[in-house]
Amino acid sequence: MSTVMVVTSGKGGVGKTTSSASLGAALAQRGQNVVLVDFDVGLRNLDLIMGAERRVVFDLVNVIQGDAKLPQALIRDKRLETLSLLPASQTRDKDALTEEGVGRVIEELKERFDWIICDSPAGIEKGATLAMRYADLAVVVTNPEVSSVRDSDRIIGMLDSKTRRAEGGERVDKRLLLTRYDPVRAARGEMMKVDDVLEILAVPLLGIVMESPDVLTASNMGAPVTLHNPASPAAQAYTEAARRLLGEEIPVNQPAPRQGGLFSRLFGKKAAAA
Amino acid sequence: MAVDRVERRSGREGADIFDLPTVRLRGRNVLALVLAPEFPMSDWFAAFDRQLNAAPGFFADRPIVADLRPALAEGGPQAIGLVLDTLALRDLKLIGVEGAEARHLAGTPWERLATRLHGRETTVETPEEDAAAEPAEPPAPAQTSLLIDRPVRSGQSVVFAEGDVTIVGSVSSGAEVLAGGSIHVYGALRGRAIAGLRAGAGARIFCRKLEAELVGVDTLYRTAEHWGPALHGRSVQVLCDRGSLRLSAFD
Repeated sequence: MSTVMVVTSGKGGVGKTTSSASLGAALAQRGQNVVLVDFDVGLRNLDLIMGAERRVVFDLVNVIQGDAKLPQALIRDKRLETLSLLPASQTRDKDALTEEGVGRVIEELKERFDWIICDSPAGIEKGATLAMRYADLAVVVTNPEVSSVRDSDRIIGMLDSKTRRAEGGERVDKRLLLTRYDPVRAARGEMMKVDDVLEILAVPLLGIVMESPDVLTASNMGAPVTLHNPASPAAQAYTEAARRLLGEEIPVNQPAPRQGGLFSRLFGKKAAAA
Repeated sequence: MAVDRVERRSGREGADIFDLPTVRLRGRNVLALVLAPEFPMSDWFAAFDRQLNAAPGFFADRPIVADLRPALAEGGPQAIGLVLDTLALRDLKLIGVEGAEARHLAGTPWERLATRLHGRETTVETPEEDAAAEPAEPPAPAQTSLLIDRPVRSGQSVVFAEGDVTIVGSVSSGAEVLAGGSIHVYGALRGRAIAGLRAGAGARIFCRKLEAELVGVDTLYRTAEHWGPALHGRSVQVLCDRGSLRLSAFD
């Protein structure tokens, strides 16, 4: 039984693509068959983050329009053989996507993969609504700042109303992934605290990824951080999040600033059962 | 319709004719219903039967004209007899047909039906429910409150002009709730809430935690900067008090 998972946020620049790549790689490292689907038609990035930009021949739009078969467009990762990428088209725009076409491609992907990870574009328009349309599970990527939290809230509302599942009376399972978290700034009150974000969004926490230069370095090297630097705190956070997606119960530790003192206590927050 | 008076006076017919009384003919306008069965017939008759069952009184003693154009176009002349037989099975009073010639009916039990009826098309209200045929159910009491058992998210709008709205959960920043009566929020109110669209100044807003952007009752409203930090995060009610909006904490 495969799972269609959308990685979404509403706001741009919060880490959707990085999180899609890192979670996808972490799942593939645990033996799962994973495909990453880039829905950001016209502004594709996932191929760069995955280091596959020189291998793109056909893309999602070609498959939807019948110009290429799905296997021709899939790019298998050179480091992980269970990880594949279905790139977006850079020369088209979101209007090239159709609901029926996306549904057909997702059905076909379900026959080959355990996880279909849909990397959503920013915004609430066609690209984002089609990325979430067929999702069973949504990872809502949020930064601890008010604008990102409000946009995520808007997206959660759409997940509850605009998806196939919601229209069929079911619910899309939603998890919050808090990224670019800086415990020092949160302690100083310059950033929202984890509890405040959780209280506003009322969605179970999948993980907290700290702001880290490792993530940027990995992206520039064309590798998900879980592959490039597995020992880094960000990679560990993504790996733990992937394990939670697979049903393991691991408590989420709230990152504390290294300087110790007031916030040196680590207080565990229990992750919601997957 | 005009009353026609036909006097039969033709002098050559014989003397006894003048002894007979004059036959007075009267005219009457009645509404005939036109039914136009279409292919696939099973679907059309299934749909028709449902309407018939819902309102049997509507068709009783009503003259029926069968419009055979669709049947003739799709099924040819042999479909005509079948359509008329099927209509007659439903105890309908067929008085004529449209869209078919007398030759189409010749030799069938239906050859006596009129094929050239005069008259104008009029619209007929299709009965939804026949009040006379079924015992009238008492109308369901109008819904006067709305319960929402989940958070109201940013960008969502809840509008319920009929009465009170109760929300078990929070109202997010950028969301709005508008109610005809009062609004109860068992959670944080972070967006907008406007009460009293119908109830007017008697409506109130209650929330467990006031972090709202705007609250309003009837025609009065206040934005967050008016009430300042003293009430922020507290359990509050909002009401109209002598023409101005008052916010007061419960704790």
